[in-house]
Amino acid sequence: MTNNTPLTNNTGLSKSAAPGVANSGLATQPDNHFDRKGLVQIVLLGLLFLVPVAAYFLGHIYYVNLASRITIIAMAAVGLNLAIGYGGMVSFGHAAYFGLGGYVAGISAYHAFNFTPFMTWPVNVPGSDSMLVVWLVAILVCALLALAIGAISLRTTGVYFIMITLAFAQMIYYFANSWPTYGGEDGLPIYLRNGLPGLDTNNALTYFLICFFGLVLAMAITSRLMKSRFGAALTMARLNDVRLATAGISPYPIRLVAFVISAVITGLAGALYADLNGFVSPTMLSWHFSGELMVIVILGGVGRLYGPLAGAVLFVMMETLLGGMTQYWQLFLGLVLLGVVLFAKHGVMGWLAGRERNE
Amino acid sequence: MSETILSLNHLHKQFGALQATNDVSLELQTGEIHALIGPNGAGKSTLIGQIAGNIRPDKGSVYLSGTEITGMSIAQRARLGLGRSFQVSSLAEPLSVMRNVMMGVQALQSHSFRFWKPVAQDQQLLEPAVEALERMQLSHRAWTPVCELSHGERRQVEVACALALKPRALLLDEPMAGLGPEGSAKLTELLEALKLEVPILLIEHDMDAVFRLADRISVLVSGSVIAHGDSQTIRQDPRVRDAYLGDADA
Ligand SMILES: Nc1ncnc2c1ncn2[C@@H]1O[C@H](COP(=O)(O)OP(=O)(O)OP(=O)(O)O)[C@@H](O)[C@H]1O
Ligand SMILES: [Mg+2]
Repeated sequence: MTNNTPLTNNTGLSKSAAPGVANSGLATQPDNHFDRKGLVQIVLLGLLFLVPVAAYFLGHIYYVNLASRITIIAMAAVGLNLAIGYGGMVSFGHAAYFGLGGYVAGISAYHAFNFTPFMTWPVNVPGSDSMLVVWLVAILVCALLALAIGAISLRTTGVYFIMITLAFAQMIYYFANSWPTYGGEDGLPIYLRNGLPGLDTNNALTYFLICFFGLVLAMAITSRLMKSRFGAALTMARLNDVRLATAGISPYPIRLVAFVISAVITGLAGALYADLNGFVSPTMLSWHFSGELMVIVILGGVGRLYGPLAGAVLFVMMETLLGGMTQYWQLFLGLVLLGVVLFAKHGVMGWLAGRERNE
Repeated sequence: MSETILSLNHLHKQFGALQATNDVSLELQTGEIHALIGPNGAGKSTLIGQIAGNIRPDKGSVYLSGTEITGMSIAQRARLGLGRSFQVSSLAEPLSVMRNVMMGVQALQSHSFRFWKPVAQDQQLLEPAVEALERMQLSHRAWTPVCELSHGERRQVEVACALALKPRALLLDEPMAGLGPEGSAKLTELLEALKLEVPILLIEHDMDAVFRLADRISVLVSGSVIAHGDSQTIRQDPRVRDAYLGDADA
């Protein structure tokens, strides 16, 4: 205990007016720290936006689509980061939601293309080639699946949680693999990209901008969410769930809702991914992809808002550049991951932008 | 008039072959500090755990203000007004003191499924939290991360967290441990003032503090209450001197 100064009398205390904050060791860090972090974030987001726009006008459509791919995978990782980084729920089964979102887009487009109904009983449900419909259905389906999987998985913790989320995802993977109606293991092509009213979604830049909007929205929602009462409770559930319960808040429902939101974000990214590639297959559901998403989150910085973006940029660039040179590119990925885990615990974002502060 | 806030009826808890709680019944009444003393391993923390909901009793029941809470979760009991501190402090270390204390305020005000408004400027949360911190004379540490606090300060933060719940009953598990004589004296004073608002079930090894604060004392040995009464009675009880006070005085 350093001092026992009599109390300054301030109810109505706001954070900036807090006594003692001025001379605590913390107050010296933030200024340049925040500038550096803000700068890194703006540069990262700015490059992601400007490079494909420039590439488009220079006629390099390939790079526009590559940027869309990075953006979508970053968005999927934003979803996973909410579970792992902010909620402390190490899900090894987020490919399930990514793939499910993808299949919603694929199946819907398939029925719209063939003019066949998705189902006729008890009500007639036609396919749809509208992204708005696809997204809405993807949200609903992923939320329901995550609610069921989360409700069971969240009764366990640690390694058991990792294994049970993996097991559920693998069940869905094998189901998709062996269900012939929608292509089974061969996958399902989307002949015509789903549309949005007033926009030409087949235009590469337009499609990139849609994905970019999705990513920014997902990040904005995550950021806002984590500052709210819900976010405060989720943070406490991650750091010390006994404390949360002792304070009168049950950790389980808080975690479950966060898990569902996380799955929905990843699922929407999956729907965008299927439309980008014009193809959906069980690969999107496989544990490899769950693992890749985890690698991206760890590379970028667990629990960092911009971590998934930084991780996705790094991952897809390595995959594209090194993968073009050698089929053993994952060896280098492994080395980079090792380096991050050993030397930059807080990922690329921690390394570039400094450590995150708690208040 | 004093009324019973908390009552334990014939609690039993066994860990394997060890009878950690053996037919314990006690009461906590408004305006009092009821101290629970006993040697190490007597089952004091286990008893607190059963009241707060961390440990399920094998048999027996717990009532808070006439409501049976035996089957309730930790969180439900806390919302009903059961505040506690842990023997080994249990806080979110990287977060500020304020963020730890605010949790209880948040639980009282509404459910936590509020996704939009930031807590950092939420006066509805901040003001009651500051009030609880002021009670413990800790508001100068409000924005310090818990990991930078001394051992004793963490204890006080735990009490502040419990106060944020506007509790009907407080369960404090060795709040003086690690405080040093000066800190102990200060906390003794704080608790003395506090008991007028909220009755306290106090586990404590510091006998000076116990004899000064407690209106009633129960002595727990090997899971059973072997003696019960006011300070005077307990001081003179030969069994208590034998089982406990003997070595404490030595
Ligand atoms: N979860 C558990 N499983 C098995 N045994 C336990 C468990 N918790 C406590 N015990 C045992 O129960 C007995 C009572 O423990 P408890 O922590 O309640 O003692 P205490 O009176 O609080 O002691 P102290 O003064 O050291 O804090 C001890 O022998 C302890 O080893
Ligand atoms: Mg104990």
